[in-house]
Amino acid sequence: MAQKLLEVDGVGKRFGGFVALENIDLAVTQGERVGLIGPNGSGKSTLVNCLCGTLTNETGNVRFDGLNMNGLTAHQRTRLGMARSFQLPRPFASLSIADNIRVPLLYTVNARAGTHLSSHQIDERCQEFLRLVSLDGKAQKFPRDLSQVEMRKLELARAMAAEPKLLIADEAMAGLSHVEVDDIVALLIRLNERGITVILIEHIMRAVMNFSQRLIVLVSGRKIADGSPDDVIRDPEVERAYLGQ
Amino acid sequence: MHSGIFLIISAAVGAAVYALAAWFANDYIFFAGYTVLQFIVLATAWNILGGYTGYVNFGSAAFFAIGAYSSVFFHKFYPLPIPVLIIISGAVAGIVGLGTGYLTLRLRGAFFAIATLALAVVLQTLVVNWDYVGGSRGAYIIRPREVAIIGNYIQYLFLIMLALCVIALTSARAIERSRLGYGFATIRDDELAAEASGVPTLKLKLIATTLSGAFMGMAGAPFPYYIGYLEPASAFGLQYAVNSIAMPMIGGTTSWVGPLIGAILLGTLQQVATVTISSAVNLLIVGVLLVAFVIIAPKGIVGLFKDHFGKKS
Repeated sequence: MAQKLLEVDGVGKRFGGFVALENIDLAVTQGERVGLIGPNGSGKSTLVNCLCGTLTNETGNVRFDGLNMNGLTAHQRTRLGMARSFQLPRPFASLSIADNIRVPLLYTVNARAGTHLSSHQIDERCQEFLRLVSLDGKAQKFPRDLSQVEMRKLELARAMAAEPKLLIADEAMAGLSHVEVDDIVALLIRLNERGITVILIEHIMRAVMNFSQRLIVLVSGRKIADGSPDDVIRDPEVERAYLGQ
Repeated sequence: MHSGIFLIISAAVGAAVYALAAWFANDYIFFAGYTVLQFIVLATAWNILGGYTGYVNFGSAAFFAIGAYSSVFFHKFYPLPIPVLIIISGAVAGIVGLGTGYLTLRLRGAFFAIATLALAVVLQTLVVNWDYVGGSRGAYIIRPREVAIIGNYIQYLFLIMLALCVIALTSARAIERSRLGYGFATIRDDELAAEASGVPTLKLKLIATTLSGAFMGMAGAPFPYYIGYLEPASAFGLQYAVNSIAMPMIGGTTSWVGPLIGAILLGTLQQVATVTISSAVNLLIVGVLLVAFVIIAPKGIVGLFKDHFGKKS
């Protein structure tokens, strides 16, 4: 059996009296493509924030690549190989597109032991990642010059530039057209083929079904289903959560 | 351009400025020029934190006064040459910057600005009640008339401040183009995204407050020798806090050129106004210009220039 890359064990998070996450257990295997779905407010983004260190989970453990993540800051987790994209793109507005990619190269890749890229190599890598998301023509432009879909691609390219083992894409496709969604799904599958484990958080079921090898469903801060996509969407409890009863 | 080459060029420009001032053979040029140079250092220092990382510091006067009062303290305790005092003042102000940063950098936006303002009030109260450095009475510094090699003492002070300008500008420019500069820019743009890209934001913000504080302290170190009599109200003067913010804002905050342009422009204007109108009109000019720039050209003169010539900022 393949190695577990991410193990979430009993993770819980409250905001005051509101229980955002309750006793979440899940595991993700190296190289897997996992979809994480759930209605609005079910705790998907809170879970991502707890995984990435933006929020601190009150109970439970997150283990990544064999290491306990509790107490580590967001940038430390990024350096260990956990990258994320944000639900709403958060580009560095005053930096050019190429420089947006340069930041994770300077601060994550170059901060890892045993790697040091020269400025020439960094330039090349920037170009490479921009080509990957077909933004290489806009390297010297600024985030304000990009369209929605290009902004999403920049978001993914920036996460990729940190050379992660695990990529968490938080609603990378919200608000995009049919064709654009296919475009991003194809991109994520390409990244996965490079050996990167991907967790996709998404509302667009067509994208999730095309992408995921396994589906996890959160409802009201609890995990209610975890299994192959076809089984999960036929699960009566999932149907109830989505369609109401 | 490599930082070493930039240092040589700016040192050459500095030498030319000194030669020009000396050519006038008028002490007043040095006297007024010193103030302008001092504001270049202050504005550049403020910009390292305020412009590069986006954290607005209202307490510049506190760091400036730390530098000035370090000099007063050592003048009484054990007189040292000014360049040594500058290094000591820089270290003291840098440490205070680090400490302030550690306590306040979890605060964002307006809250950080208020905290820095409070720092200035707290420090002023401390100095007012500290007899050794003169307390509320102030302290007299009898400066020598002459200094070896250079001769005239005001020329010596001018030269020191000129050197400090060259160092501050070279450092600011080097930071801007380095890994640190990119890190600072990401903090200014989006701290959450910066962390997600591996940028250790707290550490970088502490580096920025330390550097910024240190340069402000250095700018203040020769001040007691320049003014001859230092009292808390002048060391903690409103003009330092206001000018340190206004000059980079008017010049442009994203590059080292902005504070330089802003300080030369506003500093000179204030000196001219002091002589021709009155010294009280200074802050009025700064205030009006600041409001005008914030409304008309929020990116400052550098921003206007870049927009005009179509170059992207």
